Amino acid sequence: MCRECGCGLGGGDVKIGGHAPAGHGHEHHGRDRRHHGHGETVILNRSLKEKNDRLAERNRGFFRAKKLLVLNVVSSPGSGKTTFIRETAAQLAGKLRVGVVVGDLATDNDAARLRTAGIPVVQITTGTVCHLDADMVAKAAAQLDLDQLDVLVIENVGNLVCPADYDLGEDLRVVLLSTTEGEDKPLKYPPMFHSAHVAVVTKSDIAAAVGFNRDLALANLNRGSHHAEIFELSAKTGAGMKVWLEFLAQQQAQAAKKSRA
Amino acid sequence: MHEVAIMQEAVRLAAEAAGGRRVRTLRLRIGILSGVVPEAIRFAFDVVTRDTLAAGAALEIESVPAVAWCAACAAEFPTADFFSECPRCRTVNGGLRRGREMEIASVELE
Repeated sequence: MCRECGCGLGGGDVKIGGHAPAGHGHEHHGRDRRHHGHGETVILNRSLKEKNDRLAERNRGFFRAKKLLVLNVVSSPGSGKTTFIRETAAQLAGKLRVGVVVGDLATDNDAARLRTAGIPVVQITTGTVCHLDADMVAKAAAQLDLDQLDVLVIENVGNLVCPADYDLGEDLRVVLLSTTEGEDKPLKYPPMFHSAHVAVVTKSDIAAAVGFNRDLALANLNRGSHHAEIFELSAKTGAGMKVWLEFLAQQQAQAAKKSRA
Repeated sequence: MHEVAIMQEAVRLAAEAAGGRRVRTLRLRIGILSGVVPEAIRFAFDVVTRDTLAAGAALEIESVPAVAWCAACAAEFPTADFFSECPRCRTVNGGLRRGREMEIASVELE
């Protein structure tokens, strides 16, 4: 909790790589004051997401200067984010270097899972916070040697609601939909699916066993994420991974080119 | 939804504007598709303002209707969700123009 303003956004019980981060700054803006009866009305007209959006833009500029392609991977809990990221990093080994920032409410199990695969990773435990924000990501990314990376993957907290509103400074927002979930997830959580640049259907290997209606899911994805690139794969068997990895390599080349421009 | 975090940011901006004075009224502008639930915002307000200069202040919430943009018609149209089609040409909307606002409009100070 920030002592100056009591806003509760200065870290709270958020821990990054096991340590509590430092506090945050405060900015002051000019404003329009109007007298109104014996009270005074101050017109603010400010977005409540402005602070995060500004930090996200700062991250984006920083990541671009570092020639990084940055992904923000979001999904409901258990859709296979960690396995998807681990396999993506493993199959890119020797071509592109991948680092990971992973967010969970508690434990560093996901970080441990990725670290065993030899992937540089920083765990953020958010305590009670249901999403990652740009400030947490900036502090966590500072713990990675970004000059040694080509791709930074941010594994968000498993939640299809709140992370939709928090820009982290990513290039691509990647939403996962596993075959074990309802095909109507894109319609039930429109802000998240609507904001995604990429939608990935995961666990395609067990689609038949769980009675996954592929046509319906794709129709819903095309409706909810109509501007998104859609991939179908199984990180476990490797089916469909090639197309996804080619897309990623192409995006990374574009990101590196942008930073030179 | 993270109504508490949203409300904390609103109260932070209100306190900054108040410069030590008591806040009598806090006015928010919330889009109908923002995902923010007004009841939850009101509940969070009571919790977040406790022991601050905004304790006991009135909370006014202006609801902003959603408006989408049709690129084909180059015109706006009102919508109730993310997926509605343009009433003129029936193409699926090209994006929301309004309706996702989460803003602090003004504060009234004592």
